[in-house]
Amino acid sequence: MEWLYTLMPISGVTIFWPGLIILGIGVGIIGGFFGMGGAWMVTPGLNILGFPMAFAIGTDIAHMAGKSLISTMRHGRFGNVDYKLGFIMLGGTIAGFEAGAQMVMWLERMGSVEIIVRYLYLILLAFIAWMVFSDVYKRNKKEKEAIAAGREIDKLATGIEWHKTFQKIKIPPMIHLKTAGIYCSAWLPIMVSFITGWLAGILGIGGGLIRMPSLIYIIGCPTYIAVGTDLFEVMISGLYGAATYTFKGRTELLAALIMLVGAAVGAQIGTVATKYIKGYGIRIAFGCAVIGCAVSIVLKLIPTYFPSVKVLCDVTATVTVLGVVSVLSIYIFVKMLAGARKEIAAKKATVL
Amino acid sequence: MKKLLGKMMNLGILAFLLAPHIAFAAGGGEIAPIVIVADSRHITGMMAWWANLYNESHLYFALLTVAIIPIIGVIFGLIADVIMKRIGIDLKSRELAEH
Repeated sequence: MEWLYTLMPISGVTIFWPGLIILGIGVGIIGGFFGMGGAWMVTPGLNILGFPMAFAIGTDIAHMAGKSLISTMRHGRFGNVDYKLGFIMLGGTIAGFEAGAQMVMWLERMGSVEIIVRYLYLILLAFIAWMVFSDVYKRNKKEKEAIAAGREIDKLATGIEWHKTFQKIKIPPMIHLKTAGIYCSAWLPIMVSFITGWLAGILGIGGGLIRMPSLIYIIGCPTYIAVGTDLFEVMISGLYGAATYTFKGRTELLAALIMLVGAAVGAQIGTVATKYIKGYGIRIAFGCAVIGCAVSIVLKLIPTYFPSVKVLCDVTATVTVLGVVSVLSIYIFVKMLAGARKEIAAKKATVL
Repeated sequence: MKKLLGKMMNLGILAFLLAPHIAFAAGGGEIAPIVIVADSRHITGMMAWWANLYNESHLYFALLTVAIIPIIGVIFGLIADVIMKRIGIDLKSRELAEH
């Protein structure tokens, strides 16, 4: 069975390459579906496969850039990417990211970076999960009220409507985002991208996990547009990240390319699935992914207070993350398959 | 607008090629200052060339990586396009049924 293992030329470790493909498929599906890079899922997976930590992040970011490009191409075809919004947000994201990274270095000098970052991450994830499920609850309530009143709920109705308040800010210049169907002050996406970029820089993540809900709840993008536009941002920041990490010598390109083979397939499945799963279905699944991520962070925090359970917590955290990835990937894949079958059957029926 | 977007895209590409050496960080926080050398003694062909390039210049290695990743991504994307069209999945439209 030696052929199942390959030597990585830079890090010098021997890796079970089908594992890289499977991991790529899983994160490709989730990334294409939710519009995020998924670093929180890939790093533990790469560790399990025997990757040194020094190479895990760089390799993940390099494969993320390619995977996001594939997903963005597909979302672009569906009309899910608001390029104007993406470009406006790009400057804010990069500036915010660097500000966040500098802040981390300042915190490092104070010697308390890790614990602050983990707690901040946890608070943020809890807030996002609360926001998503509260939105779902409010929309369901509206739907029930509408049914009780004998009318149908507006298809574009949402539970949380903070974006309406934010869109009332009329500081010039005003912009019209055609694809997203939004008219707002240019400062709104700029500020949102700066803050989400800053948070991503502090937390050391790509930012999709924060930016995607921000695009929905603060800017007011429809779920599909938020997913597509966020992937566009992840693609650009992924390439930037790949360049900097590779320049620092921390990327194992061969592994990134093998993962990309799986991620290419996964990204297609995830992206096409957004065609068949309704906006709120995406939001609920996203909320579950956020909870999975939060649980893994809690498990990583516990050993700080109880060092004796470190091994148990690490194993449980990894199992949790990979479990969430597997369950969500299977759910998305099954839904995509069912939707595609329906569409093909409908097409055949029309032809006949 | 298209012209402006085109110009912005060109500037973005230029930034990628020029910015890496001045970038402070890109996620994951600070990296330990360890010099890693790829062991190319036991590998041959393309892999050995790749490992040697890594040892000789991280800049060229980074530039090649940044070029290869999008190219491979585009190729995979186009292949998938062909396969999905053959299967019969409509890749150009979706019904906006919900926010």
